[in-house]
Amino acid sequence: MNITWKFKLVAGAAALAVTAGVRAQQEIRIGVIYPLTGSLASSGAEMRDALEFAADIVNTGRKGAKIKLVFADHQGNPQVGASEAERLITQEHVVALMGAYNSNVTQTASQVAERDKIPFLNAESSSPTLTQRHFKYFFRTTPDDALFVRNAFDFMKDVEQARHIKIGSVATLAENTLFGDQAAKLQQQYAAAQGFNVVKQVSYPAKTTQLTSEVQTLKAANPTVLLQSSYSEAILSMKTYKELGYLPDMLIANDAGFADTEFIKTLGKDAEYVISREVWALDIGDKKPIIKKVDDLFKARYKIDFTGNSARSFTGLMVLADAINRAGSTDPEAIRKALIATNIPSSALIMPWKGVKFDETGQNTLGAGILVQVRDGKYSTVWPFDLASKDVVWPMPKWDARK
Amino acid sequence: MTAELLLQTLASGVLIGLIYALVAIGLTMIFGVMDIVNFAHGEFLMLGMYSSFWLFALFALDPLVTLPLTVLMLFAFGVLLYKLVIRRIIDAPPLSQIFTTFGLMLLFRGLAQFFWKPDYRTIENSVVSGSVHLANFQLGRPQVVAGIGAIVVTSAVWYFLHRTKLGSALEATASDKEAARLMGIDSHKMFGLAWGIGAACAGAAGALLSTFFPIFPEVGANFILIAFVVVNLGGFGSVAGAFWAGILVGVIEVMGGLLLGPQYKMAIVLTLFLAVLMFRPQGLMGKAQ
Repeated sequence: MNITWKFKLVAGAAALAVTAGVRAQQEIRIGVIYPLTGSLASSGAEMRDALEFAADIVNTGRKGAKIKLVFADHQGNPQVGASEAERLITQEHVVALMGAYNSNVTQTASQVAERDKIPFLNAESSSPTLTQRHFKYFFRTTPDDALFVRNAFDFMKDVEQARHIKIGSVATLAENTLFGDQAAKLQQQYAAAQGFNVVKQVSYPAKTTQLTSEVQTLKAANPTVLLQSSYSEAILSMKTYKELGYLPDMLIANDAGFADTEFIKTLGKDAEYVISREVWALDIGDKKPIIKKVDDLFKARYKIDFTGNSARSFTGLMVLADAINRAGSTDPEAIRKALIATNIPSSALIMPWKGVKFDETGQNTLGAGILVQVRDGKYSTVWPFDLASKDVVWPMPKWDARK
Repeated sequence: MTAELLLQTLASGVLIGLIYALVAIGLTMIFGVMDIVNFAHGEFLMLGMYSSFWLFALFALDPLVTLPLTVLMLFAFGVLLYKLVIRRIIDAPPLSQIFTTFGLMLLFRGLAQFFWKPDYRTIENSVVSGSVHLANFQLGRPQVVAGIGAIVVTSAVWYFLHRTKLGSALEATASDKEAARLMGIDSHKMFGLAWGIGAACAGAAGALLSTFFPIFPEVGANFILIAFVVVNLGGFGSVAGAFWAGILVGVIEVMGGLLLGPQYKMAIVLTLFLAVLMFRPQGLMGKAQ
């Protein structure tokens, strides 16, 4: 080791120390609570990457105070989530909180934030109950499950208009867990509100060994559209449809088993034309160049594309940073006021949303999901029509009309 | 509702019922021979499915081709399990026996999850896929083949029990352990044989299922509850009873679901279970104690 090298090292360290000192005074500390260990660790890591990426974009070329993210791990545990929120607020002195992915952890962590009067921005949890609490410091950018379910009906309305057809009858098929039951109930409501006739509601026990009677019941009811909410039985149901020669004009699935990587892989050609709801897809970038641009940067750094999770996390921090900018202060109350006044147009987002604007419950009212259709072995966005990468095929070709 | 629809549903019920029967036969046999309820029986089925899956994934061999191999492997596994674990609890209190097999169930599920991940696996493009058209109705070809396979395996077990010397020895041990021992029958050998055959039956059911049912570490749970109902309905220890009861449960489940609504299908099956317990506890073909 020669002298000049040593000198550089010392000088460098000194410079670092100086900038660190300066930064400590000009930092906007934001606490982030994610599942960084445990079964959801990989999702947590993905969302952490997205936030660090977003923070770097915000900080690049920024003259004022820089954003500093302080991460905490909730391990998927609501109690840990609450105590970490407490720690971030009292010991790390964060001015706002983000997280927590799991709806049940978001619930407890945001309670702490509400009590301590610190804004909590939730970018990924979709349980409708979170915004039914009328918290003053809770803001959610992502659409909730109820809205995702409603999208299928908006889509059917749009199809009726564009194709000059009348869909009329629908049926629901749902597993009898919380997920399926809630979806079926919402579907019943939306169908009644939007003038669709629910000809059959079929609920089946999750972990069933066969779906014969379910499919025969649907066959007899003969709805134009089947709305399905299944986890593990998605593949089994498709196989049973084919074996029993059943297919409605369209099958619109509620994510879960139909958006699993195994679904297309296992069913191959038989998965074609099925529609499922999604949060986000890369192919909407064809119509929205900003998505491609941001994704290219993200991919250059992390070697993977955005997903529904990371895109939502990224957007969450962008919304929070926008509010902090407008607040011109690190005072939590000022940030909260700025969040309430948020009005971001669709063009500034990498999401398929109409924008970001919060209502009095803290829910972003301009959020929306997308619908994807399996085409040539891939999920392609078919709705909303202005973001579609492919025209929707409607109705699905019957089994015997397929090659 | 047309007659055609009813007939087709009835046929589907019989086909799935044959699989239930095959799973239940293994369970009832182990119970009949040594009075131990095997809670890990669903895991034999799971191992049979994974055996088919890995032979397919690694060597591109169809589950039907590898069926004999899977049956042999599960037979060996059953015998080994008897020698290593079950043998030690033959004279233990019933509660210890329950805990042992229950523990084995958790162990096998845990190991499967650890080594093979909790993901759903499926066998794509098996030689049997698509549907069979018979006159006016159609059935899944994998289900038809699985149903036939179940009949073949069940017949083989029946033939073994009633037409071979070894089978008779097994029957003898089942009806009276002490008397059989006095006649020079090695009861440990017979117990091991019962575990081997029991595991092999569940393994065969797993192999037959693997062409159309997703494969995952907890798949046994889907079938074991029904298998208990079948064994109870057919009479604990009765192979013929389990066979007919399996078909009956399959038909009741599917027809009940169609006529009363699919949400009630398990409720109907379990009500039947309760009714049998109350009015005919020895089952349809079991002997009254």
